[in-house]
Amino acid sequence: MRSHRYWRVVGLGVLLAILIWLPAWAGPGEERSTRELRVCADPNNLPFSNERREGFENKIAELIARELNATVRYTWWAQRRGFIRNTLRAKECDVVMGVPSDFELVLPTKPYYRSTYVFLYRKDRGFDFRTLDDPILRQIKIGVHLIGDDYTNPPPAHALAGRQIISNVVGYTIYGDYRQENPPARIIEAVAAGDLDVAIIWGPLAGYFAKQQSVAMQIVAVPPDPALPRLPFVFDIALGVRKGEAAFKGELEEILHRKQAEIQTILQEYGVPLLGAGMPSNSPG
Amino acid sequence: MDHPQSSRCRLFLSNLLMVIVLAGLLFVVLAVAGRDGATARAGEQTGASRDGVLQELLRLQDDDRQWVMPAKNYASTRYSRLDQITTENVANLRLAWTFSTGVLRGHEAAPLVVNGTMYIVTPYPNILYALDLTKPGATIKWRYEPKPVRASQGVACCDVVNRGAAYADGKIFYNTLDNHTVAVDANTGKEVWKTKLGDINLGESMTMAPLVVKDKVLVGNSGGEFGVRGWLTALNINDGEIAWRAYSTGPDEDVLIGPNFKPFYEQDRGKDLGVTTWPPDAWKIGGGTVWGWISYDPELDLIYYGTANPGPWNPEIRPGDNKWTAGIFARRPDNGEAIWAYQWEPHDEYDYDGINENVLLNLPINGEERRLLVRPERNGFLYVMDRATGEVLSAEPYVHTTVAKGIDLKTGRPIKVEEKKTGFGRVVKDICPAAPGGKDWQPSAYSPRTQLLYIPHNNLCMEMEGLEANYIAGTPYVGAEVRMYAGPGGHRGELTAWDPVAQKKIWSIRERFPAWSGAVVTAGDVVFYGTMDRWFKAVHAKSGEVLWQYQVGSGIIGQPITYQAPDGKQYVAILAGVGGWSGAIVAGDLDPRDETAALGFVGAMQDLPQYTAKGGMLYVFALP
Repeated sequence: MRSHRYWRVVGLGVLLAILIWLPAWAGPGEERSTRELRVCADPNNLPFSNERREGFENKIAELIARELNATVRYTWWAQRRGFIRNTLRAKECDVVMGVPSDFELVLPTKPYYRSTYVFLYRKDRGFDFRTLDDPILRQIKIGVHLIGDDYTNPPPAHALAGRQIISNVVGYTIYGDYRQENPPARIIEAVAAGDLDVAIIWGPLAGYFAKQQSVAMQIVAVPPDPALPRLPFVFDIALGVRKGEAAFKGELEEILHRKQAEIQTILQEYGVPLLGAGMPSNSPG
Repeated sequence: MDHPQSSRCRLFLSNLLMVIVLAGLLFVVLAVAGRDGATARAGEQTGASRDGVLQELLRLQDDDRQWVMPAKNYASTRYSRLDQITTENVANLRLAWTFSTGVLRGHEAAPLVVNGTMYIVTPYPNILYALDLTKPGATIKWRYEPKPVRASQGVACCDVVNRGAAYADGKIFYNTLDNHTVAVDANTGKEVWKTKLGDINLGESMTMAPLVVKDKVLVGNSGGEFGVRGWLTALNINDGEIAWRAYSTGPDEDVLIGPNFKPFYEQDRGKDLGVTTWPPDAWKIGGGTVWGWISYDPELDLIYYGTANPGPWNPEIRPGDNKWTAGIFARRPDNGEAIWAYQWEPHDEYDYDGINENVLLNLPINGEERRLLVRPERNGFLYVMDRATGEVLSAEPYVHTTVAKGIDLKTGRPIKVEEKKTGFGRVVKDICPAAPGGKDWQPSAYSPRTQLLYIPHNNLCMEMEGLEANYIAGTPYVGAEVRMYAGPGGHRGELTAWDPVAQKKIWSIRERFPAWSGAVVTAGDVVFYGTMDRWFKAVHAKSGEVLWQYQVGSGIIGQPITYQAPDGKQYVAILAGVGGWSGAIVAGDLDPRDETAALGFVGAMQDLPQYTAKGGMLYVFALP
C-alpha cells in the first residue's frame, strides 16, 4: 500500500517537473507569439463572420492579429439581444469586430467604415428611387428586416410606417431561421426570385449577397428622411472593446489607422457600400 | 465508551429483527395488492383514462398535504386549508431544511409535493430533482437531466427561467428551454416521453408550467420578441403525441375558432380576425405567445389563458387590433376549440404582455352568485369577468395608471389617453404602468376565508425619452431609449390585498423592489411571499401586518407552496435565486450604468446588486 502511494507521488513529481521544464526548453531562441486576439463573433452571419472564418470581420481580425503578433481565438455566439453581455462582458473575448461607433454597451474605437441603408432591386426592374416619398413605394412590394417591438426596428421600417406605407411592406425577422446559412440573406433572395420588388436593408448585407444572385442587382443609397431627422440611415462602424480598456482600444485604433488601405480593400472585396473616408484623417490619439 | 456501543449493537439487532418481521408482512400485503397493481399497469399501457386522470387531480388538488400543480388547484387560488401555522404561532416559524439547486439563474418555479416526494425544476439546464420527504433532510431520490442545447440560452431567448412542473397519472410534466415537453416517471425519474414542440433556431423557447386536464398536458411557447407566432398545444399524457394546437394569430382554422365560438363583445366577432386585424401577413410573426398561466373549470369544461403582446412590429407598423394578442381565450380542453375570447388590449402599444393568471371564483355580484374569472391585468386594471360568457362585469385600476382612463364596459376596450400614444422618436413621459405592467407573471392568491385576492405586483412607470444606437446580427439601428422608474410613492413593488367584489384595496405592503414572487394564503390566515431584497415574509391575511420574516441567501422571484409532510407537520417551501426580467441586472451581470438594458428595466433596478447576489436554493420552514 505505502510503497504504491510512494511511487505514485514520485511519478507525479517527475511528470510535473517535465511539464515545467518543457516550455522552458521550447522557449529560448523562438519568437513564437503567445498573445491571443480573443474575438467574439456570430458563427453564422455572412458577410460579417462565420465559423469557417469567411466573413470580412474574420479577415480584418486576422489582419489585426498579424499586426499584434497574435493568433485569433474565437468565441462563437449568435449576435442577438444579450450578445455583448454573454461575450465581451462575460470576458469570453476582448473585442467584437463591428458595433455602431456610438454604441453604449462597449468602448468603441474610432470607426473604420461608414455604410448606409440601401434600396436593393433587380436591375431589370428599372426603378429610379430618389426619395422615400417616391409614389411608387406605395404600390410595389417592399421587404424590410424586423428586429423587435419596443421601437427597436431598422430605420426603413420606421420611415415607411411614418408615411403610412404599411400594407405593401413585408417583414423578415433579422433572426430568421438559424438552421439555415446566414439568415438575414433570405430577404435578398426574395428580391432575386421576384417575391419582393425592392428590399430596403443595411448596405453590407445588400452588397455581398447581391453579387451571389444569378440576376443583376442594383443598389442605391437611401437618402435622409426629412420627416424623421433623428432617424439615421448612415452608420459609422467601429470595433468594440470592454469599457475601461482604453489602452487596448488605442492599440487597435493605431492598427486601424495604419492598415486603413488594406481594410478598405477587404471591405470592397465583400461589396460593402462605403461612404466617405470611413476613417477620420487625423491620427489616432 | 464501550457500554453505549454494545447497547447500540443490541438495539441494532432488535431493529433488524423488527425489519425482517415487517418485511415479511409487507410481502404479504404486496402479494395481495399485486393484482390491483397489475391491472393499473395494464391500464397505463392502453392509456390513462380521461376521467380517471381528472378525478385523480380533482382529488389531489383538494388534498392539502400535496401540491400537484403550481397554482395548487385548477381555479388557481393558491389557497391551502392547512392551518397548523396560524397568525398566532407563525412568529415561531423556523428553517427546517434547505437544498441548493446548483444553478445561478432566476428561480421562478413552484416546488411540487406528491405522496411524500418533492419535485423541483431549475432554470436552464432544467434539472428535475426528486427529494424524499420521508427521510430526514430530504435526500435526493433521483435527478433527471434533459440537457437542453446550450445555444438555447443565446439563440432563443434572453431569459432562462422555468415556472415549474405539473403532476398527473404517476408522471411529472414540464418544459425545457429548448422547446421540449417531457414526461418523467414520478417514482423512478425515468423519461417516459419527450416531444419537441418548437425550434430555438426560430426564436422559440418554453418557460411556462404545463397544466394537465384529463388526458392532455397543455403547454405554450415563449419568444414574442423574436417574431414567434404564439400557440397553446395539447399533448396526450400517455405518449406525448400532439393532440391539437391553437395559434393566437392567423385564420380561424388555425386559431381553432368554429361554430361554437361566442365572444361577448362586438370587437371580437367576425371571420378570420386573426388575419384581418393585421397588415398583410404580419400575423405570421405576430407574437401572442402563451408563456403564463392556464386555469380550468371542470363544470363548464373550459380552460382559460392569456396571450402575450403583439410583435415584432412597432405599433405604427401594425395598424389594427392585432388579434388575438393581449387577450384571453376560453377553450374546450378536449379539442381546443375556442368558446369565447376577449381582447383586453387591442393594438397594444406598451408591451403589455398579459399572460397573467386567471383566478376562478364563485362570488356574489349585485346579490347574484356568479361564476367569475378574476384577473389582475398587465395594463393595471383588475378585471372581474363572467367566465361562462367572457363579459367584463367590472374593471378597476389596482395600480397607478396614466395610459387609460378606464375600461368601457360596453365595448370592452380601454379608454386610451391620447397624449400617451407612442411613436418613433416621440418623447412620452410618465407611462404608467411600465412594460412589466401593473403585474407581470407573478401569480396572486385568493382566500375564501377573507374573500381577498393577494396580489404581488409592481409600481413602475416608464418614459420613452430618446433614441440610442444598437446592433443586432450585423445590422445597426436606433431604438427607443426606454427608462423605467418607481411609480408614485417611490417604492417599486407592493403586495396588495384586494376585494374583487367591492373592487377596492383593503391593505398593502410597499416593497423596495417589484414584488416578483408568487403568493400563497392558508386557512391559518397567513399570506406568504418573497421579495427581491431577500426577505421571505408571513403576513396577516386580514390586516397586512408582517408577522414573521426570514432573510434568505438570494432574492426571491419564485412561488411559495405549503404542504403537510409524512411526519404530519405543515411546511412552507420557497425557491430563492434572483433573476428573471426584473433581476436581470444581477443574474445577467448587467452594468447598472446601462439604464436602458433589459428593455429599460435596469434603470429601475440599479441598486439591486447591493441587496442580493445570485444563487438557487430551496428553503423549507416549519414550526418547532
